[in-house]
Formats: sequence, C-alpha cells, structure tokens
Amino acid sequence: MNGSARLWLLHAAVVALLVALNFLLPAYHHGLMARILVLATFAMGYNLTFGYGGLLSLGHAMFFAAGLYGAGLGIQHLGLGVPAAFLAGLACGAALALLAGLLALRTTGVAFMIVTLMFSQAFHLAILYFSAFTGGDQGLVLRPQQRRIETALGTLDLTDPTTRYLTALALFAVVLFAMLAIVRSGFGRVLVAIRENEERARMLGYDTFASRLAALVTSGTICAAAGAAYGLLFGYVGANFASVQYSILPLLWVLLGGAATTLGPLFGTVFMYYLIDIASGYTSAYMLAVGVILILLVLFFRKGLLGTLRERWLRWLP
Amino acid sequence: MTDRKTISAAGPAPLTRRTALKGMAAAGGLMAAPGFVRYAQAQSSAPIRIGFQCHRTGIGAAYGRWYERTTAAAVKLINEAGGINGRPVEIVIEDDGTDAGRGAEVVAKFANQHKTDIVYGTLFSHVVIGSAPAAGELKIPYYVVSEGYHVASGQLNRWCLQPGITDVRAQVTSMAPWIAANAGKKVTMIYPDYAFGYDHRDYLPPALEKAGAEVVAKIAIPPTESSFTRYFPQIPSSTEVLYHVMVGPAVLTFVKELGEFYGSSGPKLFGFIDSLEAVDINSPGLEYLDGSHFWEGSPRYAQAGDSDAMKAYRAAVGIDDNGASVNDPRDISTAGHMFGCWETLYVIKQAMEASGYRGPEDRAKLVEATEAISTLAEGPEHPQGDKVFDGKIHQVFGHQYISKLEGGRLDVVHKTSIEDSRYEPEADYTAQPF
Repeated sequence: MNGSARLWLLHAAVVALLVALNFLLPAYHHGLMARILVLATFAMGYNLTFGYGGLLSLGHAMFFAAGLYGAGLGIQHLGLGVPAAFLAGLACGAALALLAGLLALRTTGVAFMIVTLMFSQAFHLAILYFSAFTGGDQGLVLRPQQRRIETALGTLDLTDPTTRYLTALALFAVVLFAMLAIVRSGFGRVLVAIRENEERARMLGYDTFASRLAALVTSGTICAAAGAAYGLLFGYVGANFASVQYSILPLLWVLLGGAATTLGPLFGTVFMYYLIDIASGYTSAYMLAVGVILILLVLFFRKGLLGTLRERWLRWLP
Repeated sequence: MTDRKTISAAGPAPLTRRTALKGMAAAGGLMAAPGFVRYAQAQSSAPIRIGFQCHRTGIGAAYGRWYERTTAAAVKLINEAGGINGRPVEIVIEDDGTDAGRGAEVVAKFANQHKTDIVYGTLFSHVVIGSAPAAGELKIPYYVVSEGYHVASGQLNRWCLQPGITDVRAQVTSMAPWIAANAGKKVTMIYPDYAFGYDHRDYLPPALEKAGAEVVAKIAIPPTESSFTRYFPQIPSSTEVLYHVMVGPAVLTFVKELGEFYGSSGPKLFGFIDSLEAVDINSPGLEYLDGSHFWEGSPRYAQAGDSDAMKAYRAAVGIDDNGASVNDPRDISTAGHMFGCWETLYVIKQAMEASGYRGPEDRAKLVEATEAISTLAEGPEHPQGDKVFDGKIHQVFGHQYISKLEGGRLDVVHKTSIEDSRYEPEADYTAQPF
C-alpha cells in the first residue's frame, strides 16, 4: 500500500469509527460527541492558520461567532431556512476573515496576536451593542421548528439526536478530508514553507501575503461553518461564543492534539472535553486539575499527542 | 463536584401496542416472582433525583454558593418531613461554570447520564437561555431560579418554569409607584449595557409614566468599563432620583466615584440589591449609599416584624441577623435571591404530589400540575410571602421589598402588593404541545 492510500484509509477509518459510535454511545456521550465533532471542526479551522501557517491568532472566536450569528440572525430576522442560514453563516465568516486578514496580516508574531484579539473583542462588543438584533449577552434561542429541513424525502429534524450526530459528523468528515487534501497540496506545502522561513519562501517567488490570506480566509470559513452548525444543531446563539475564551479554546485543543496534524484537533478536543467533564465530577477546582494535566502534557508531549506520536514513531502522519 | 451516587431509572419510551403487551406480560411475570414485594418497595422508596445546575465557578459563583446552601437546607427539611410522595429527595449537583455552552451539556448530563427526574436551580440568564433548548429537546422539566424576563416573555419552551422567584419586569413595575411617590418624579437610569440592564431600561419608563413620573436620561455603561466618572456629567441637573442597577465587582468603584462627583449633595439614590449581593454593605467605598433605598427580593437583615416562617427559614439556611453566614460574619449571603431556591423546591414538591409523580414518564404531568398552581400561601414553604403563579407564562408573582440603608443596615420601608407587579402576559406556554 502506498503512503497516500494509507493516509486516506486512516482518515476513512477514523470517520468509520465515529459512524460506529453513533450506534454504540450511550445517550449522554452521544450528545456530547456531537458537540465535540462540531468544535473539533472549529479546531481544524484554527489548525490551518496556527499549525500549518504558523500564525498565532487570538481572534478565531470572531469567525466561529460570525457563522453562529450569520446563521442564527438569518433564521430569526430574515426567516431563512436551514441550508440558506448555514450558507449565510459561511459567507459572514469568509467576508470577515478576508477583511480581518487584509489588515491583520500586515503584522506577524505578537502584533498579529494582539490585532486579531482586538478585532475579535470589537466583534464581541458589537454583538452586545446591537442587542436589539442579537439578544445581547443573553443570546437567542432557535426554536425546533426553525431547525428543520424539508427535503423531497421527508423532514430532516436537527433536534433529533441521531440526525444531529450524523450532521455534525458529516461536517467534520468533509472538513477533515478537505484539510487532508489542503495540507498535502502545493498550497499546504507553501504554507509550511512560509511558517518555517518566510524570507526564503518569498525569495523563491511565493507571494507569502496572498498565501497567508488564503489560509486565513479558508480557516475563517471553516470556523464559521462550525459556528453555523453549532447554532443550528443545538439551538442557541450566544455572545459568550464570541468571547476571548472561545479563541483560546481551539488553541488549547490544537496544542493538545498536535499542531499541524490533521487528526490532532479531534483528539485534542475529545481529550480536553472529557478531562473537564470527568474532573468536574470530582472537584469544583476542576480547572486547576485541568491546568496541571495540561502543564504535564506540555512538559512531556511538547508537540501534542499526535505531534509527539509523529515525531517518535509515525513520521508519515500528516 | 457531582454527587456520584447512581440510581437506575428507566427513560421514557413511546408506548405502542407491542410494548404495552410486553409490559403486561413482564408485569405478570414479575408479580408471580418471589421477590416482587421487595422490588415494589424498592421502587416506591427510590429517591426523587433533582439535578441542580449550579454556578459553582465563574461569574455566578457567589450566588451559586448560597443557592447550594439554601437547596441543602430545604431538601433536609423536606426529607425530614417524609420527602415527596413518601420518597426521599436526592440532589445531584453539576457545575455549569456560569457558561451557557456548558449549561446545555449539564442539562443533557442530568437527563441522560444521572437520570435525574428534573433539572433545577439556574440563575444567570444566559445560562438559562442557553440550556432551555436542551431541556425542551430532552423533555425534562427545567425549574429555574433566575430573575430575567426570559421565561415570562415566552421565548423559551413549555418545559421551562420559574415558580419561586419574580422576574425583573415585575420587580421594576412594582417599584415605579413607590419611586414616583416617595423619591422623585424625574429619574435618571444608570444600568449595565447588557440584557439585565435592558429589562430595567425597557420596563421602568412606562411604569414610571403610569405613576406620574418620567425618565429624563438613560445611561448605559458598557460591561467592560472600570471607571465611571466620565458618565456622570451626562446626568441631567433636573434629576431627582438616580436609579442604578450596576452589577459586578465594578460597583464599589461606581459608588466611590459617584460620591466624589456629587460630594455631600446630589439626587436621591435608588438601586437594586443585585449590585451588592454577597457584598458587605459596610465595605469601604460604599459610604455614599447611606440613606439610599434598595429593592430586595427578600430582606437581607432580620426585620422586627419577621414571621415565624421567615425566622425558621433564616435559621435553616444559616444566616444571622445581618444576613451573613452564622459561621463567618464576612460571608455575606445573597438573601435577596436565594429564597427562590427554597420556594421553588417546595413548588416542585407540591406539583409532584398533585400529579402523583412516579418517574420520568410523568414529566409532562408534572409540568401540567405546576401550570395548574394559582396561589401559594405564605408560610414555612414560602417564607418570603404569598404568591400568585401564572401557569400560562410559567412565572410567579409576589411581594417586593424596598429597604433603606441607614446606620449600616437595610431596613424595610415598604412592601409592594402582588398586584403592583402584574403586567399583561405576552405568551401562553400551555398552548405548546409537549
């Protein structure tokens, strides 16, 4: 079996395992896993700029929230159906990523981090400011009847646990395979080259600004897709998803799972989610426990779970 | 922290002819089995499990701590008196971190993992609104002890109820006549620029107008603000009453700077105790509030005319005459709100007993029984006062207290009538199918 086939098979196997979990997981974990799949998609979007592009952004909550509110407000105020609302969310994320990228990518390093954080904070405050439309800090509830898709074959009800899980999985799988294709393409390799040595990449004739902008727009669109899906699948559109916490979370998920690994974001998100879920069952100081475990992981798995695995044993992992 | 004790409970399943026949056959077999009597007893005495969605961490932690103590005290009494329908009550606690996303997960955890009968106890509005869709989809009764207008507004669903604490719209509506009659006719509002403040912004002006007063300025303070001096020049000089509802740690700075701005003069002050819940009213920096008036859901300080029920309630939850913990006088309670936990638990008890609640299969009956409640008499179960429950909007209405801060304590100067707080309902949850 050649390397390429092995990679596609590995990713297909992961998706197959996730399909199987739909039938095996108890109700609570089934619902939790649906959320994790959507948020892992968010993390995959973040991984494109952070892991492969080397851009540490603290503003990705803005793209997630753009999708969330693009879809949610489209339904609430424009009466859009679910597919149109999803596309509206995507369009909002892409447009915002383009605008933010045009300005923020003039900077690098710490300055980029600060600029993206500022953009994101401005977006968060705008949501609070236009509370008459957005519901402010309380957010909006999308009613079950607003979360149904009428098809020729019947009604797809996104409040149904199985439909919700499989929809989340479909989004995750599409983005996972897209990410695999992107990182193995010329564009993906150029991104890594820019991350490793921007001067050299530029000297070789690559337009590094354009490549990074393309990466940021793609990343923003993926994050917006996750945001739109989150609102449509779980029925709540809230300002807390635009807060800085939701910019830091994907960073943690990606760091834990392994930056610049295609499957790392999934593992990181699952690990972090269950760590909190289990630790909170034993102590109200669970964030302290989570912090200690994160420090240990950073000390002994510097490149995250899959990153370390790749470094030590599986060098072929993308 | 979670109560890890597990009790097996069957989830609801759709009843078909086949399942009914299977059930009858199984029941027949079971009754013939030698262990049936013991089994039946075990079922009837199994605890009622209440999932308590608690703000143990995050911005709501101070409230969460006292909500937890109040809940424990009420459940202890309920169990000592025989429980609910003869079954003991068991509280299963999950921390939601005062986060809307986690809140929804916690509701799912209660329904699907802990198999609790109901979910209860949430305070912060964004957590309630974020969790409500999950409660609706999982068809689990969700009794909140919030305060926002979100339940009564009709934006949630039939499974969400607020039978133990009044909402901000009602509170504001009932305050207006007293403000107009006693404090002044020209009111400037200072409120946080987010949803809690908007309930005040939207509902106080019409209520004041009705009472013959007017709002001369509305000053919204962004939630990120840490200094307020630059907002004070916006207060019109004609202002007779400054109505403030600042919430959060910035309140100390707000009051201090307000005092520096006005010196010994200035308009009369009227505030909501939400700003100072779990905060010592005699903290340095709050001196300027002396002589001002506050809304209280229930008085923090013991009052001369307290009923026996109120005295018993205060003793049970462990607060002294100053509204602080009996174990630590620096640990100030959230007395203005936490009575809602006590009263909600007793409403749950009343509704479960009225509906003959046995298990998750009776959840819809439980909601209907709660909707059927109309009046709640003052007494040990409702020490804050008698109440009227509007089943259509799932919201309770009650008395409100206006207290004056003087000599380092708050004393009640006025108790509103229930009618003062009523407004025209804008929703009807009973028309929604389960």
